[in-house]
Amino acid sequence: MSTTTRGEITMPTPTPAPSSLMEKPAFSVPAKKMAMWLFIIADTATFAGCLVAYGFLRNATPNWPRPFHSITNLAVMTFILLTSSLTMLNGVKAARAGNKAGALRWTLITAALGIAFALLHIREWMALIDEGMTLLKNPWGTGLFGASFYSITGLHLTHVTGGVIALIVVGLRYKGGRYNADDLEVLGLYWHFVDLVWMFVVPFVYLLNLAH
Amino acid sequence: MHDTAHAHAGQHAAPTSFIRKHVFSLDHKVIGKQYYGLALAAVLIGMFLSWLMRLHLGWTNLAIPGLHLLTKNGAPGDVMTPEFYLQLMTMHATIMVFFVLTTAPFAAFGNYFLPIQVGAEDMPFPHFNMMSFWVTFVAFLVLMSSFFVSDGPTLGGWTQYAPLSAVGQVGGPGEGAGVVLWALSIAIFCVGQLLGSLNFITTTLDMRTRGMSLWRLPLSAWGWFITSVMGLTAFAVLMPACILLILDHVAGTSFFVPANTVMNDQMQPHSGGSTLLWQHLFWFFGHPEVYIAIVPGMGIVSHVLVTNMRKPMLSHRVLVYAMGALAVLSYMVYGHHMFVSGMNPVSSLVFSFPTLVITIPSTIVVLIWMGSLYGAKLRINSASLFALGFISMFIAGGVSGFFLAQPSIDIMLHATYFVVGHFHLVMGVAAMFGIFAGTYFWFPKMYGRMMNETLGKIHFWCSFVGAYAIFMPFHYLGLAGNVRRYQAFAPEYMQPLIPLHKFITIAALFTGAAQLVFVYNLFVSRYKGEPASDNPWQATSLEWSTPTTPPPHNNFGDTLPVVYHDPFQYGVESSTGDYVMQTSPEKASAHDES
Repeated sequence: MSTTTRGEITMPTPTPAPSSLMEKPAFSVPAKKMAMWLFIIADTATFAGCLVAYGFLRNATPNWPRPFHSITNLAVMTFILLTSSLTMLNGVKAARAGNKAGALRWTLITAALGIAFALLHIREWMALIDEGMTLLKNPWGTGLFGASFYSITGLHLTHVTGGVIALIVVGLRYKGGRYNADDLEVLGLYWHFVDLVWMFVVPFVYLLNLAH
Repeated sequence: MHDTAHAHAGQHAAPTSFIRKHVFSLDHKVIGKQYYGLALAAVLIGMFLSWLMRLHLGWTNLAIPGLHLLTKNGAPGDVMTPEFYLQLMTMHATIMVFFVLTTAPFAAFGNYFLPIQVGAEDMPFPHFNMMSFWVTFVAFLVLMSSFFVSDGPTLGGWTQYAPLSAVGQVGGPGEGAGVVLWALSIAIFCVGQLLGSLNFITTTLDMRTRGMSLWRLPLSAWGWFITSVMGLTAFAVLMPACILLILDHVAGTSFFVPANTVMNDQMQPHSGGSTLLWQHLFWFFGHPEVYIAIVPGMGIVSHVLVTNMRKPMLSHRVLVYAMGALAVLSYMVYGHHMFVSGMNPVSSLVFSFPTLVITIPSTIVVLIWMGSLYGAKLRINSASLFALGFISMFIAGGVSGFFLAQPSIDIMLHATYFVVGHFHLVMGVAAMFGIFAGTYFWFPKMYGRMMNETLGKIHFWCSFVGAYAIFMPFHYLGLAGNVRRYQAFAPEYMQPLIPLHKFITIAALFTGAAQLVFVYNLFVSRYKGEPASDNPWQATSLEWSTPTTPPPHNNFGDTLPVVYHDPFQYGVESSTGDYVMQTSPEKASAHDES
């Protein structure tokens, strides 16, 4: 290959170096993928810190409310997000097979599912705000419930939003030739992680707070 | 395909414009020097603040000329108010812990030397690297800006214990905007550390040149690598904690303020939070942070010692395993900062156990150093003296850790100067000595000139004696019941301790002044020092085999080096003398394990 892509800058490679000049990467993971895994580790610590803080507060507060009655919306959102992991996998698979159009299509479908998830999520937020649940107080119990609910789901929603933007940008740039199948796979790791975190948010933040 | 991309991941063309060369540089060497410059500026500010505090502690209500320039209400008639004392204390600690002890030994030296020591042209993500420095720089500016808001910086201590830190303006001067700026600064700092850690880990794992197996990495590289692993997760927990603290301020949430909190005779509107939660989140970061400050120093000191002992460590691998064990255990011991917090006493016992266990790897590290030093013909120079000083401080400060690790004793000592003496020796001064050892050792490579050895030795002896003169009496003060964070010693039983405080203040002024010798040496040697050869210490690791000194933009010129040996082949007979460089194909001695 005549160019090597690093971050956003494409530059000509003066002398294509044989890989024998380098020691084999530990765990045989190239740097970009490694960096994404490391970011995921750090982000796991961030989410874990938030969820532990939530658990701590939930246990330490006597009048913790359990206001949720239905899981329909939650189930639809979860189904959409899980499906988007599947479409992401298809996108990476298509990219590996050299099918650029297919990879772009699957990536954009993934982004669309992400947007659908975000919209449903925001709709749920609006409904809760209408019922009087804000960061500070709610009609059912301690104000901490709203604060921790909006903080944790907000952190997750931020990740989904960032992911959707990245999916669109990387997908288009992959089509344009600036990114390759590896980059799409690295972004896929992030997307699956966002999905995985949701699977912790659902039981802790939603199911534990279902009304009896 | 990604093999090719990977081999060149860190490659970029040499910059031509001034901005790209010296300001927004992608070159890890320039970024390392930028971090060093930031740490140097920060440490001088932090030291200056400590001088002001010491003057006030020795001579209460002393008018310090010009003090009112630093604060709006904190120094009427140039006499420090109690609140302003606490503001200075908070800023001293925050500046020193975050912007000196974290940036200098880890980010400054690590950025400069880790890629060279693994034989890479640069780190794999130069843009991240550049961002990591500038993000840290912005964090520093945000922190310093709190001196200029209405009632100054926060007075809550660098630990920012809730509820004081979370109630806002009613908590005292600086508890409003001051805390928000503090938390914002630290949250930004965390982003910089994340970007730095990503680069350090991927550099170590993925950018090693041919022949550089992990066990052939020099000990300093191990120190930075292990530290970056800690930094990756520790700061990732501190960041959301800071954001929750900011939310408590600006959005009015109550994460850290319990119901019915009365502050300054006013019932607070908050309800339902937990003050202990902040301490858990903070110390989950805070204890690894202690090792983030000290482990790079351990690596640097090991590297400096081995080079000057002219023989390898007793065991390279055990030393690496011990540093790794410190990193793992550092997450399990954080509760020992909370023995007096009101935490469940059973938790205290649970945290006490790993705290005592962590002394084992620490002791192993020290024993390996001592055992290796035994019988060695140590070259005495500024770098090796500071390395010895590091060991001395680490032992002296570490021994008091045995006492503090036990809740029953800690309850007596925790709120006293005993703890202040403990952490200043083991984490503060020891890490500073690591920075000095690294500076005297690597300065010739960084600037192509030698530092002045006479000034270096004067600097060492003044710092060594001075640091003990300052911090040893702290232990005595603590045992005598001198409470920490007090700005004056009014209770009758503390009155007899005031002469000792005067002595400490004089020692602090003297030791601080001795650091100016170092700064003078640094700047004069930079321009007028004796020119350095490529390998002035007859050392073996890759940074000493660069084609020029300082190294060229891509570190090794046209070809990457090939590594043939373990990092420290000293005490052998070879064509070059008593050492074989890692890049030399010459047959080395029996202790070459690879």
